[in-house]
Amino acid sequence: MSKTVKSLAVAASVAAALTSVTAHTASAMDGKEKCFGVSLAGKNDCAAGPGTTCAGTSKVDYQGNAWTLVDAGTCTTIELPAMADGKARMGSLEELTRDLPA
Amino acid sequence: MTISQTVFRAAMMDAAIDVPEGLLDGQGNPAGRRFSVYRNNVAVSLTESLETGFPVIAKLLGDANFKPIAGIYLRQSPPQAPVMMHYGADFPNFLRTFEPIKHLAYLGDVAEIELALRRAYHAADATPIAPDALAQIAPERLPAVTFTFAPAMEIVPSQWPIYDLWAYNMIEGAPKPQAIAQDVIVLRAEFDPEPHPLPPGGAAFLTAMIQGATLGDAAERATEIAEDFDLGALLGLLLSNAAITKITYEEQQ
Amino acid sequence: MLDAPSHFPALPCKPGVGYKPQHFAEIMENADPVGWLEIHAENYMGMGGRPLAQLRHLTEKFPISVHGVGLSIGGEAPLDPEHLARLKHLVSWLNPTVFSEHLAWSTHDGSYFNDLLPLPYTKATLTRVADHIDQLQNTIGRQMMLENPSSYLAFAESTWSEPDFLREVANRSGCGLLLDVNNVFVSATNLEYDPRDYIAEYPLDKVGEIHLGGHDEDEDDHGKPLLIDSHGAAIVDPVWALLDHTLELSGPRPILIEWDTDVPEWPVLANEAQRAATALTKVPAA
Repeated sequence: MSKTVKSLAVAASVAAALTSVTAHTASAMDGKEKCFGVSLAGKNDCAAGPGTTCAGTSKVDYQGNAWTLVDAGTCTTIELPAMADGKARMGSLEELTRDLPA
Repeated sequence: MTISQTVFRAAMMDAAIDVPEGLLDGQGNPAGRRFSVYRNNVAVSLTESLETGFPVIAKLLGDANFKPIAGIYLRQSPPQAPVMMHYGADFPNFLRTFEPIKHLAYLGDVAEIELALRRAYHAADATPIAPDALAQIAPERLPAVTFTFAPAMEIVPSQWPIYDLWAYNMIEGAPKPQAIAQDVIVLRAEFDPEPHPLPPGGAAFLTAMIQGATLGDAAERATEIAEDFDLGALLGLLLSNAAITKITYEEQQ
Repeated sequence: MLDAPSHFPALPCKPGVGYKPQHFAEIMENADPVGWLEIHAENYMGMGGRPLAQLRHLTEKFPISVHGVGLSIGGEAPLDPEHLARLKHLVSWLNPTVFSEHLAWSTHDGSYFNDLLPLPYTKATLTRVADHIDQLQNTIGRQMMLENPSSYLAFAESTWSEPDFLREVANRSGCGLLLDVNNVFVSATNLEYDPRDYIAEYPLDKVGEIHLGGHDEDEDDHGKPLLIDSHGAAIVDPVWALLDHTLELSGPRPILIEWDTDVPEWPVLANEAQRAATALTKVPAA
């Protein structure tokens, strides 16, 4: 690309960008968070947990060697067709989740 | 007898190990299941921390899978610092390598988005450039411009449709994932970080800019990867989300 | 970041609450009867964003108590220098009215367990805890308060009662004490002693802050009540009664309402604070 052409292309892109900019005017402090739960993640506190009867007490194999996936969650409902260019594995969740028990 | 914290910890993290002797109830009897309070506090609080930190992974796997996986992970990788906002930094790698779920190969990259969102939420504040700052620069100088980006900006490259997977599980009514590769950019306009899918070439453009390339060179590199790379649209996204904090350019001689 | 020194040299003898971000707007508008706020130090150790922005607003209006939950003061290993540095940074820029931490351990071999784990009250623990408090106080350049834990079991090796142990730690390190009245009630129920005996033994002259919170009920192997310090419910009447008893002996103190799990709407929390305010009105000023 010649220097002039590049300048023109970049300048045109910048001009297009400037017309598309949308201002974020919402107050930072109005408490209306749009944070997809991020503000709830990773909190420290000094509360105690659920008592004596719970998962933390079960004697399971914490190496996880014996554990297997069960049919649950949205990963079992997502079906993706193979890619047009033949990269079948990429994104082909249907194939991946076929291993799951029904 | 003295109960060392090594002994206490071992029994706390593995219910197959007996409760240490010398722990008592109010009558001087062995503490028994009272010790479970600590076992549960640790296991449940760390599991909940992973659930709130990786809500999309939790949905993708479902409760019945996520809870036991979290139980295994938290014992292999308990927090390395008492600051829970950073817990789970190596969870993506665990998801990629843990045998029973290794075939769900996209999980690690989706988890990277969730980590990036959390890092962005707590990242340092930075003042973006004025909306018209780029308009003040003579058009012929624009290709020589370099950018400094906000500390909250994060890029997550992937071979999987990770934006679609994220959105499908987090945004009401979002469509099912397409079979495409998606790179994601996390931007924080003010205080709430959001992921956005990057167009093809976008990650190459940004990586070059982060490394100090000029606008012209970075755009060219992106065009080499994706012929129809739309610089204007990506700049619009960056400017709309306070991602550019400084513009510099060499004075012409 | 924040240049001005704290406007608030001491916590008022009023109710405070554990600050939750979802209550920000209501607190800024009208926090009545709440007169001060407590934050957990570790939640404000990011580099920026909403948590620190909110804190900058809050500290203009309210005395802030910084309550550390992760230093592992009772840990066998030396205190984590990186965490000490984080605490020093927070205390330096925020300049809170007070700082407090727990009589507990939570880190071992570099792993953090996100829980307040129990200690035997022995000479070895005493030396270690007093040394660690000394180190912390030197690092942050101010006195701290140490909080009594909730106990679910006792150590056979303990040679001190908990109040005596805390008194001795305070004497050796020069720290103040925080008295969690709910923790006293929980521990006394779990270990079958009279909570009033504990309060009578506690060095109330060193207490700069009182905590109150809700607990859950479980039971041990023998069907005996086992109370869990869940901070997830309203404060029960016997704990309010124990607060009244404590205030009669101690005089007025700043009282914190802690509610960390299943956090209610602001009016519910404000109502708990109002009950603490009422308890304070019954106490003649010291």
